[in-house]
Amino acid sequence: MQVPSHVEYERATSVEHALSLLSRPDTRVVAGGHSIIPMMKLRLAQPEVLVDINELTELAFIRLAGDQLCIGALARHADLLDSAVAGELFPIFHDAERVVADPIVRLWGTVGGSLCQADPSEDLSAVFAAARAIAVIRGQHGDRVVPVREFHLGPYETVIGPGELLAEVRVPVAPGTGSAYEKVARRVGDWSVAAAGAVLRLSGGLGGDPPVIVSAGLGLTAVGAEHFVAAEAEEFLRGRAADSESFTAAGAIAAEHCHPVADQRGPEDYKRHLVAELSTRALRRAAARVRVET
Amino acid sequence: MTMRVAVTVNGTEYARDVEPRLLLIHFLRDELGLTGSHWGCDTSNCGACVVWLDARPVKSCTVLAAMADGHAVRTVEGLEQDGKLDPVQEGFIECHGLQCGFCTSGMLMTARWLLDHNPDPAEAEIREAISGQICRCTGYENIIRSVRWAAKQSRPGGAEADEPA
Repeated sequence: MQVPSHVEYERATSVEHALSLLSRPDTRVVAGGHSIIPMMKLRLAQPEVLVDINELTELAFIRLAGDQLCIGALARHADLLDSAVAGELFPIFHDAERVVADPIVRLWGTVGGSLCQADPSEDLSAVFAAARAIAVIRGQHGDRVVPVREFHLGPYETVIGPGELLAEVRVPVAPGTGSAYEKVARRVGDWSVAAAGAVLRLSGGLGGDPPVIVSAGLGLTAVGAEHFVAAEAEEFLRGRAADSESFTAAGAIAAEHCHPVADQRGPEDYKRHLVAELSTRALRRAAARVRVET
Repeated sequence: MTMRVAVTVNGTEYARDVEPRLLLIHFLRDELGLTGSHWGCDTSNCGACVVWLDARPVKSCTVLAAMADGHAVRTVEGLEQDGKLDPVQEGFIECHGLQCGFCTSGMLMTARWLLDHNPDPAEAEIREAISGQICRCTGYENIIRSVRWAAKQSRPGGAEADEPA
């Protein structure tokens, strides 16, 4: 029988109230609970106080604001999967959300919780990194913004400090963008053995020539990529033709530069093979999804 | 250290003084004596403990009872209405949707939610809906038949027009 560690429970009734509660030492946020409660059962986390933010529905939005897709920290995985605007602008979110845990967990688990858990195998961290999203962190003295690529300090560690709360994630929207996510897991609902997410911005492509890659985001998860990013492969792709040859080469570069470790999900060489193949597939699918602006 | 937790379960209000760390599944089973919901893997993988919290199913081994304070919970005991079984319960009887019965209460709660949102689900949609729940007896085939039976039963014309299970 697994019993969570002793804890005090507080329910936040507003963001301000949550921030005040979170300024107490040794406090953790609970929303969907699918990370913190199992961690407390295993004594990997033993907070003194849990602050329940489920009533902060003002953080549960998904909306387009100007040239940014804004996703509130309390948006549930199921909300993101159901969001037409997210799916239209960034099909990578729907690709990824279909393979995050299972439908019941997705009804409760939150986007913010996934990012803040900072699990090295987490899916949305790679997606937001690929999309060069910005995290908005709220504190008692206002907001600060941190690129998702600088949000994670390491496994289970983020830049969020005492008295702070992740409020939302903003994803820059640009014309000519396509995106896709490819994951291999041992069974339905499991964590990734490896996964790759691609966000490509292309231009040109008229007159039979392949379009040119204006910018490339390539996120990786579960394979020890720093900040969930395949930076060398992104650099390689910028300015190149968006064709199969570029994508295959980028996949090989991503596989070379990540740092997978052998575990129960597979040996290192298998994971590198997956990185190459999944990166190439995600890039190819992202390119095919680029919408031609008229 | 305890706190007062008040929850409406299947329409009845209950209040108990419990530790804040108490899980909802244990609150239901041990404090309220509602043992229809089963306590399985304890890791939110198996889905035996699925109940509804307000309008949505949840794995109750991963929710604190404190988080349900002031909310409504629906368990398998609440499916039957006025002595009449819910169609999903009848479906599990008609189509042999259970053997040992351990996963059944969770399966029933998810099936009820699925049919409320999608009255005529395809087989693939049923498989997806229960993909976070584990059955070690029937291999899922009979569970899927049971849910399809319930879906057809609930439509005009009923299950009589159905193909044999």
